[in-house]
Amino acid sequence: MSSPSLTPSSLESAWILPSRGRVGMFCLIAAESAMFTIFLVAYIFYIGKSQSGPTPKEVLEVPIFATICLLSSSLTIHFAVAALRNAKSSLFAIWWFLTMALGIIFLVETGREWHHLIFESGLTISTNLFGTTYYSLVGLHAFHVTVGLIGLTIGMILALLGKVKQEHHERADVFSLYWHFVDVVWIAVFTVVYVIGR
Amino acid sequence: MSSDSIALNPALESTRPIGDRLHDWVTTVDHKKLGILYILYALVFLVIGGIEATIMRIQLIVPHNHFVSPQVFNEMFTMHGTTMIFFVAMPIMFGFANYLLPLMIGARDMAFPRLNAWSFWLAAFGGLLLYFSFIGGNGLYGAGGAPDVGWFAYAPLTARVFSIGHSTDFWTLGLLVSGIGSIGTAANIAATVLCLRCPGMTLGKMPLLAWMNLVMAALVLLAISPLTAAQIMLSLDRYLGAHFFDTQAGGSAVIWMHFFWIFGHPEVYVLVIPAFAFASEIIPVFSRKPIFGYPVMVAATVAIGFVSFTVWAHHMFTVGMSSYANSFFTISTMIVGVPTGIKIFNWIGTMWGGKIEFKTPMLFCIGFLFQFLIAGLTGIMLAVAPFDWQLGNSYFVVAHFHYVIVGAILFALFAAFYYWFPKMSGRMYNERLGKWHFWLFLIGFHLTFDFMHIPGLLGMPRRIYTYEPGRGWDIWNLIITVGVFFQAAGILLFVCNLLWSRIKGPVCTSDPWDAWTLEWSTSSPPPEYNFAAIPVVRSRRPLWDIKHPEDPDWKYE
Repeated sequence: MSSPSLTPSSLESAWILPSRGRVGMFCLIAAESAMFTIFLVAYIFYIGKSQSGPTPKEVLEVPIFATICLLSSSLTIHFAVAALRNAKSSLFAIWWFLTMALGIIFLVETGREWHHLIFESGLTISTNLFGTTYYSLVGLHAFHVTVGLIGLTIGMILALLGKVKQEHHERADVFSLYWHFVDVVWIAVFTVVYVIGR
Repeated sequence: MSSDSIALNPALESTRPIGDRLHDWVTTVDHKKLGILYILYALVFLVIGGIEATIMRIQLIVPHNHFVSPQVFNEMFTMHGTTMIFFVAMPIMFGFANYLLPLMIGARDMAFPRLNAWSFWLAAFGGLLLYFSFIGGNGLYGAGGAPDVGWFAYAPLTARVFSIGHSTDFWTLGLLVSGIGSIGTAANIAATVLCLRCPGMTLGKMPLLAWMNLVMAALVLLAISPLTAAQIMLSLDRYLGAHFFDTQAGGSAVIWMHFFWIFGHPEVYVLVIPAFAFASEIIPVFSRKPIFGYPVMVAATVAIGFVSFTVWAHHMFTVGMSSYANSFFTISTMIVGVPTGIKIFNWIGTMWGGKIEFKTPMLFCIGFLFQFLIAGLTGIMLAVAPFDWQLGNSYFVVAHFHYVIVGAILFALFAAFYYWFPKMSGRMYNERLGKWHFWLFLIGFHLTFDFMHIPGLLGMPRRIYTYEPGRGWDIWNLIITVGVFFQAAGILLFVCNLLWSRIKGPVCTSDPWDAWTLEWSTSSPPPEYNFAAIPVVRSRRPLWDIKHPEDPDWKYE
């Protein structure tokens, strides 16, 4: 631009724009929400339309322990990011590790639930509409938990190598948005699958 | 990227070994190069999709023709539709957004350059997957080929039983992969517009192109994901024996339609809103007036974005819905006419009393305006459920949406090509060839798509590979096909013009149109870093302010 005369310096100093990391993550969350909405709608639409058993009431048990674990992991990751913001790297690592552990417990619990459903209740994705919608919805969520765990693991390795510093708190914050989203989606999935659908 | 690639001198650039330059293009994360890659890739698919359309039209030129078999005809209309929507229109819009947005908002690149490259290569890979079906669709089954289920792939056509081989899988995977790329690009566009604007460029001072691409990005984020979800369900049905769309096990074929069209209708606006953006940038420059009603334009765009999510089932009137659903979708569809009508009036208001220069980009914009109006009017007709019961799935519908996609979107795209070609290449296109292109394409377009309404009204259904003589359809089909050759000739001139002007065209200045947005303040083509110093703006037309310091815009905004 060839005209410096257009530059009032006061304008430049006050120029603050949103963080691109947060905006990018919110965009991803918007897209993911739309996707989960479609799976949730399919689940609700097919409630009670299965032509053969087993039905949700017969085989589903409410996963209270797993839910408590996943929801508390939102709290622990929040503390982890807060610790990093205050430059407490070791405290960050502890909270971050707790988040990871809670996420792993949740996945293991989902695995146990699936094992029970497949081998004892005889419910697979092709058994009936309940199986179709249940495994795809819960599986899609479990996939997102897995992706989150991969991210958490990378963060943990970096923290153990001593590479996570205070200046990275914004990145951790952006990642935590994703993890919070995975938790919020679980509330929706839980409500639809275990409360409304059962 | 290697440091020696910051070659500002084109002569110097052309002396580098071809391997090095190719390596630069493949590994680039520069928004301008990725934009051009998107555009070139889309142009290749435009030619391929055009050839598929031509094959269909040759088959239909006379009754009982045997140019292609029914099977090939089915493959042609499926591939034509899928290609044109997903691998021509979307990437070409993304390409222009990529190229123009950072330049227009005074930034040095997109918000996430590597995500940008990743998204492009995913989109490119998706296109290759789709076209690999011609070779690999057979799989080990000895059946299949290119997808033949129509571009909206209604269940149960896509079930394993009815679609043997891998043809539908290539369709599903191609769209799934390119869809993920689209979401990446949309996130990138939104983050770029919201987070990288140069100092002084508040949301109300952004060029309309930035506003409209922001709305387009929001639509992509919310509309493409339902399609991705539906494609995942379809794959589960086909490979793991799930029953989402399996009516035998209690599944629903209609829910696929809902899922598809809840993507499919906003998709129209994903494509047409960037076309509005081109018109909103080009019409003011060639009318020598600022855009009329900027805030209303923004509001209308956002309104279209919202309304577009409430109209999807107007694609399904003929499926049979409750009268409440029919009434709701009729009314919501008609409401779309309000913000789009506002836009048309604003563009006319911009031209009104202006000193209009009829250069090629402006000619295409005027064509766009006129044809978009007609397309909107037939759209209102089809929004009326009883009218749609009569004409749904007929050539009237085909004529209507081609009026939108070719008559409005493609015309605006050609305008954009001619308008920004000097900026992208540093050379001026040939005006005479451009005008020939416009008139040939205009005549061809109207021959094909005006007359396509008539066999539709006479009851000719879409997607039939041939028809009986003596139904009054023959002459119209002949005229429609003749128009195709005019359009093909126009496209040929367009491609020749681009290629010739790229090499031999006269070198142009940084601002050949005497325009007002920031991309014209840097050299043509822009250097890799776009702006030596990040600009500061005070109005919607920063270059006007520079050129007319005695009467700047910011005094009045």
